[in-house]
Amino acid sequence: MKLLTHNMLTSKCMKGVSIGYPLAIKALDIRTVEVDFNPEFVAKMIPKIDWTVLHGAAESIGQTDLPKEVVDNYENNEEFLKKVHHVLLEVDVIDGELICPETGRKFPINNGIPNMLLNEDEV
Amino acid sequence: MIEEKSHLPNRSNMSKSWTKYLLWFAQEHVDFRFAEINSLMSLFNIEMRFVRKPKDEPYWIVEFPSEVEVKLLASRSVSLRNCIELWAHAPNVQKLHEELKLYPKSLMQPYIQADKSFKIEVDTFCKHFSQKEKVDKLEAFSYLPVDGPVDLKTPDVTFQYIEYYGIIPHCPPEQPYEVFFGRWVASGLRQLIKKLSLKTRKFIGNTSMDPQLSLLMANQAKVTDGSLVLDPFVGSGSLLVAATQFGGYVWGTDIDYLMLHGRTRPSRIHQKTRDRDESVRANMKQYNMEHRYMDVLVNDFATPFWREDFRFDAVITDPPYGIREATERVGTKKEGYEVKAEHLPTHIPAKIEYGISNIYKDLLRFSARHLRVGGRLVCWFPVFREDYTENVLPHHPCLELVSNSEQTLSKVTSRRLLTFEKTREPTEDELDEYPVDIMDFREKYFVIREETRKERRMKEAKIREDDRLRNLNKQS
Ligand SMILES: C[S@@+](CC[C@H](N)C(=O)[O-])C[C@H]1O[C@@H](n2cnc3c(N)ncnc32)[C@H](O)[C@@H]1O
Repeated sequence: MKLLTHNMLTSKCMKGVSIGYPLAIKALDIRTVEVDFNPEFVAKMIPKIDWTVLHGAAESIGQTDLPKEVVDNYENNEEFLKKVHHVLLEVDVIDGELICPETGRKFPINNGIPNMLLNEDEV
Repeated sequence: MIEEKSHLPNRSNMSKSWTKYLLWFAQEHVDFRFAEINSLMSLFNIEMRFVRKPKDEPYWIVEFPSEVEVKLLASRSVSLRNCIELWAHAPNVQKLHEELKLYPKSLMQPYIQADKSFKIEVDTFCKHFSQKEKVDKLEAFSYLPVDGPVDLKTPDVTFQYIEYYGIIPHCPPEQPYEVFFGRWVASGLRQLIKKLSLKTRKFIGNTSMDPQLSLLMANQAKVTDGSLVLDPFVGSGSLLVAATQFGGYVWGTDIDYLMLHGRTRPSRIHQKTRDRDESVRANMKQYNMEHRYMDVLVNDFATPFWREDFRFDAVITDPPYGIREATERVGTKKEGYEVKAEHLPTHIPAKIEYGISNIYKDLLRFSARHLRVGGRLVCWFPVFREDYTENVLPHHPCLELVSNSEQTLSKVTSRRLLTFEKTREPTEDELDEYPVDIMDFREKYFVIREETRKERRMKEAKIREDDRLRNLNKQS
């Protein structure tokens, strides 16, 4: 699971959960896979991202290179975009858990695939 | 020949010089042609007008403002075979030559110079000719003022001569219905269909979509470089494979854990076990598109986990119809049921029926929320042909139906490829319950199957009875 995906997920659909965001991450196995850098794509994603959440999630799994805030004029800042690219798209949580911030419900991640399947009493 | 202009030239059109082109299509999925080309014209903001209203032929005669548009269109179209700048077309061979001789030399000039190698291809659609006959046809063009050398392998310019004998094989007419001559400009993406063949795909499932239809879907969704694409019923990811080819960044969800982990029973007849590394991701890797693979999640579509304000550019999907796979979601009918804590680690959630009408209701509501305005939902919808009217289709006030093409599956059933475009953000009310009455395809499907089974049984019984009587008669 990539941190870009993590940024877009909430457990709000669960019974009794009001915000469910952000999900905490427990990472047991992290892999980095180098992928092609597409600066336009990264720049397009930045306004869609909750930056504070991305920054916090990155730190929680040991990625400490990201500035606390989005820099001005980021579209033209290749160095910044590369850092964001790395954190969003190259860091992959292979094994671990996502955890609902309100109920503590754990969603296992294995083989890089989060399992968000709820039980029949949670929907 | 009658020429129908679909638009009379207005002042802005008059300032451009429109050029005539022949668009030759594959004679496959004919109903999807318009939907694909219209989507691409909208994607690239291209103008095109018909010189003649298309009928059943595998070609259109059209005009474009310039060659740039033709090439853009061909760079993405899977239904197009070839685009040809039309120098002459006529109802018979003799008239064609007369017309070609009138084609202005000034327009030929760039392609007939001494430094331009060329070849002429002879194509006889739906009728076979010997090599000798083809050479004779070719030699009839010896009056063309071409100065360059012939090069059959890598010519600078390719001319095409086409005789069209209709679309019914085995009994072509003596003379062609229509003949064409022109300069080849671009080919469509027929090659890509082969490259993405399911036969050589790393990971497939029982309901993987063939590459041609998958690519058509990505085109109808107007996927382009950097598009965010979701398939909420992703299965083996065949629709996402197509979307990445056009620049889409893709996510998928599926309720089936074993499917996403590549552990279901193999789908190929001769394969005993699946490879350890079969997955949607492995498919992306196979086609060098791993950088556009975002994630897949095990997730019941009835309870999506996406942040409310996350917007996709396209949702492309083939929902379960319940014929070849179950339509289920997590849930229970028991009141106040709770999974006991000691059972949690190994508990497999109970499933309840997820009827077609609820699936489509959820899909349209989801798309009304999670598409950006202007974004598209492209999905299949099963129908009974005899019951079909536009009224049976799912609808939503914020989604406009922009195309609707049919692929017949059997005498009685077909599926329709629907393309919706989001026109505005929904109000809170519109996101809540709203009625869509969709007939459950399966109820009738199984009823009809029952009927036919019963009919067949009766027919077989009658044949047996007839045989018995005949034998009795013989004996007596
Ligand atoms: C027609 S198949 C799609 C096949 C896919 N296009 C492919 O390339 O393999 C429908 C898929 O929907 C999944 N599905 C069924 N019910 C679901 C649900 N409630 N939520 C999410 N996925 C579901 C099935 O597991 C199946 O993989």
